[in-house]
Amino acid sequence: MDLHVIGPLATPAERAAVDAVLGPPTSGWAGGRRDSGIDGHAARGGHAARSQRDLLLPVLHAVQARIGWISQPALNYVCRRLTIPPAEAYGVATFYALFSTRPRPPVVAHVCDDIACRLAGAEDVCGDLERSVGPAGEAGVEGQATWLRSPCLGLCERAPAAMFTMAGEAPLSFSAAPVDAVGVTARLGLPAGAGAPGPSDGDVRRSVPQVGQSGLRLLARIGVADPTSLESYREHGGYRALARALELGPERVIAEVTAARLVGRGGAAFPTGRKWAAVATAEGRPKYVVCNADESEPGTFKDRVLLEHDPFAVVESMTIEAFAVGAQQGYLYVRGEYPLAEARVANAIAQARAAGLLGGDILGAGLAFDIELRRGAGAYICGEETALFESIEGRRGEPRNKPPFPVEVGLFGKPTAVNNVETLVNVPLILATDGGGTAYAATGTEGSTGPKLFCLSGHVARPGVYEVEFGATLGELLALGGGVPGGRSVRAILLGGAAGVFVGPEALEMPLTLEATRAAGATLGSGVVMVFDETADMAGTLRRIAQFFRDESCGQCVPCRVGTARQEELLARLASDRPNGSRADELALLRDIGRAMRDASICGLGQTASSAIESALARPELVSA
Amino acid sequence: MTDGLSQDRDPAPDVRVPAADTAPAAQPTSEIVLKPAARPSRIPRPPAEPVRAPVEVTIDGVALVVPQGSTILDACRAEGIDTPTLCYLENLTPVNVCRVCVVEVTGARVLVPACSRRVEPGMEIQTDSERVRHSRRMVLEFLGSSVDLSTAPAARGYIERYAAEPGRYGPPAEPAAPGKRDDREPGHHHAPSGSTAENVFQPVKVDNNLYVRDYSKCILCYKCVEACGEDAQNTFAIAIAGRGFDARVSTEQDVVLPESACVYCGNCIGVCPTGALMFSSEFEMRAAGTWDESVQTVTDTICPYCGVGCTLSLHVQDNEIVKVTSPLDSSITEGHLCVKGRFGFEFVQSRGEPQPDA
Ligand SMILES: Cc1cc2nc3c(=O)[nH]c(=O)nc-3n(C[C@H](O)[C@H](O)[C@H](O)COP(=O)(O)O)c2cc1C
Ligand code: SF4
Ligand code: SF4
Ligand code: SF4
Ligand code: FES
Ligand code: FES
Repeated sequence: MDLHVIGPLATPAERAAVDAVLGPPTSGWAGGRRDSGIDGHAARGGHAARSQRDLLLPVLHAVQARIGWISQPALNYVCRRLTIPPAEAYGVATFYALFSTRPRPPVVAHVCDDIACRLAGAEDVCGDLERSVGPAGEAGVEGQATWLRSPCLGLCERAPAAMFTMAGEAPLSFSAAPVDAVGVTARLGLPAGAGAPGPSDGDVRRSVPQVGQSGLRLLARIGVADPTSLESYREHGGYRALARALELGPERVIAEVTAARLVGRGGAAFPTGRKWAAVATAEGRPKYVVCNADESEPGTFKDRVLLEHDPFAVVESMTIEAFAVGAQQGYLYVRGEYPLAEARVANAIAQARAAGLLGGDILGAGLAFDIELRRGAGAYICGEETALFESIEGRRGEPRNKPPFPVEVGLFGKPTAVNNVETLVNVPLILATDGGGTAYAATGTEGSTGPKLFCLSGHVARPGVYEVEFGATLGELLALGGGVPGGRSVRAILLGGAAGVFVGPEALEMPLTLEATRAAGATLGSGVVMVFDETADMAGTLRRIAQFFRDESCGQCVPCRVGTARQEELLARLASDRPNGSRADELALLRDIGRAMRDASICGLGQTASSAIESALARPELVSA
Repeated sequence: MTDGLSQDRDPAPDVRVPAADTAPAAQPTSEIVLKPAARPSRIPRPPAEPVRAPVEVTIDGVALVVPQGSTILDACRAEGIDTPTLCYLENLTPVNVCRVCVVEVTGARVLVPACSRRVEPGMEIQTDSERVRHSRRMVLEFLGSSVDLSTAPAARGYIERYAAEPGRYGPPAEPAAPGKRDDREPGHHHAPSGSTAENVFQPVKVDNNLYVRDYSKCILCYKCVEACGEDAQNTFAIAIAGRGFDARVSTEQDVVLPESACVYCGNCIGVCPTGALMFSSEFEMRAAGTWDESVQTVTDTICPYCGVGCTLSLHVQDNEIVKVTSPLDSSITEGHLCVKGRFGFEFVQSRGEPQPDA
């Protein structure tokens, strides 16, 4: 491959941002000063540079954070440093919503207009911003700032939400929720980087109303232990499970997890023990563990709460997983819209490393393992495990066709155990309690063992993350959240997120278990329970869901790329009451589209893109009063 | 991994290397003597095809034995079942994105792409169930309603075969203004009214005199990207940019081809299934209404330019070469050429007086 690079040179600031990640260039080939002595006699770059391809996203992040957008000269410089063809790098940069390849002001408010925030008045916020700052995406505030609409920011319990990114020499990003237009405008007016509020976690009780209650297992440390201190984590039971794991040995750790009948909490409910055993016995070397913290399913925020308030637990759990499957390197991929979670996890990794709990000889037991933190850049699809691998590898987040499955061919083509954040933090519970896996399996129900986090949002008095044992009913969960406020009644509940299913008030009796939801044709998905009362704008909600999938489809396969667009158009026709043919014709067409997306799409995004919409439209009473 | 030659190659070169117990640094480099390998005493032959275990499957109720490692598509072809394909080509790595080849496998939750899924023992495959027909029809409707298929006879044939009705999504939306589709940002689009069907229509890109890019006709099959990059040319001048419905084939920053890394091998034209990428000669003749494949002849010959000796297929109309391809099954080219063989044919047509040397 010949690198063909054209156009002006990157500015010193752009180069500095790149060099801060990669170090200074060592040759003319890599974009440094040409030294005829070195460069004239040896080919530089080549494999050594190409093998750094996985640094593409971190470098693009660095440029975006320093300048506020990624210019062609900056991209060219990145390409020379990493030996990436510019067309490919451009393809990657234009895939992710948090990167801009066109000029953008340094300060940007990403204002959530997704389902939960709509219920909390996000459209009013956006309308006000249009009047005060200008149309979305256009530079306002003397060219220094702009605002953009954003899909769910994972702050639904405090809706409406916004995330701010401020580019500059000391770049900053932070979230704010709840916000109104005045709050957004005030933050947009701040000089970039200077004097802006630091990351704030709000009041943890707002996010986790159960804080401090006895009997909590997954949330026991939240709001109790100091999430920035390893010492505090250890005082509250941390790292006992790893010690126990080292005593047991890898096979017995997997046996305990299998006996616990732990299944994945990322949405697919795959048995974790089976996944680990498959990776442990897979032939390829090296092996990897990946923690999926991309949490972007609208309505989901449980992983954010765990990452922000119990980050050491995630680090410890990944270490146990690595020990069990025989991996020495782990990646934690956190979505780009979670600045506080990212900072807390980075701190936890650094402290663990300093204390010898990550590194070459963990706890003096000869265990070698370390974790690299990777940040997503605004792409829901990167939560799909194979898209996540592509993203870590520095590519467009396009899911791979399966088989082969990640346990055999995963990250960098090697056997990989990928698990959700919540799944992982169950592992120390299993190991550190007396009775191990068997005792764990005795909690919950026969088909769904252990505790479970639910993300309660929408029209409830106290939205937030709730821990219940599998088996509690939907009505009981709602009661924990204080029920529907204002004496109004439930019209519909969205289970499992945008990729989930709407159910009606009759489902309040339904136990929240995998088996009961499956039997009812519903799903628990990622643990979303979003409540819509009789005043909710359901037609608008459905259109927002359709818009979400149209925006987030990677665009690779025809059924999803075009099907999600056709589905959104169809809902627009229904909303404006101008159907092609009759309304019944449109509903039949919607079913045709949905069926093809479900059957023929490559990945779960396309396969579930019509699920919630179809479930609602099949029952008119859920949609219109 | 054997390369076929290494198994019984002639005597290993005489290389004296330091013994394991001496430190390499202590060994003066001048003492390492490298002799070239003796010439092979016979003409190297490719390794024998590995024996592939037979796998039993059933396709549409018929039991069949195919070699291990075959794809379902291979098996269907062996059985004479005509499976539609758009993004598959023998000389490219399957990307399985168009999904028009999907088949039903008993026990699988979703349909599987025949072009890339390998057979497994006992697989029960249905290629013409109602489920399969439905998905194929919808994929074709989706393409037919969003892409200009006027120069894609294969796709149009499938549309007829599966009775797809691209018209049922409403009239097509207005074409995008020049460059506008290339400007779209991921995660943001204007909410549609639904009164028209969104599509990829846009002005054709004419920015060099060898070939044109008419992305109104692009079904995003990834073939050109593969041919330009890993699977053939290793130039990587084009890649997929953007996301979702706004995904498109693009040079870096959408620059014109002469500014891009393109080397004009034309291998992308050779693999494009829809005529989105087209010789300028063909494009201009079509515009003038003079393109007529029924009177064209195709003559295979050898490229006159270099010692590789690629097979060229000259497409000739009215005694003029109108485009050049190479047979997919040519063991030398596998369908791919370089700029000289692909486009350097004009001299054949200079029948005037020889030009004096400059
Ligand atoms: C479109 C899509 C998005 C997904 N997003 C996430 C996510 O944000 N977090 C997650 O843990 N799993 C997500 N998943 C599921 C993952 O592919 C994978 O199944 C999961 O990470 C496995 O972990 P688990 O077994 O612990 O659940 C997503 C799947 C799809 C199809
Ligand atoms: S289903 Fe959608 S998101 Fe998944 S691979 Fe296909 S186009 Fe991409
Ligand atoms: S231009 Fe042709 S080959 Fe390239 S993706 Fe589009 S249809 Fe496929
Ligand atoms: S097409 Fe190119 S490589 Fe092939 S014989 Fe002609 S000049 Fe040589
Ligand atoms: S944060 Fe706005 S919908 Fe989730
Ligand atoms: S031919 Fe199989 S998916 Fe395109």
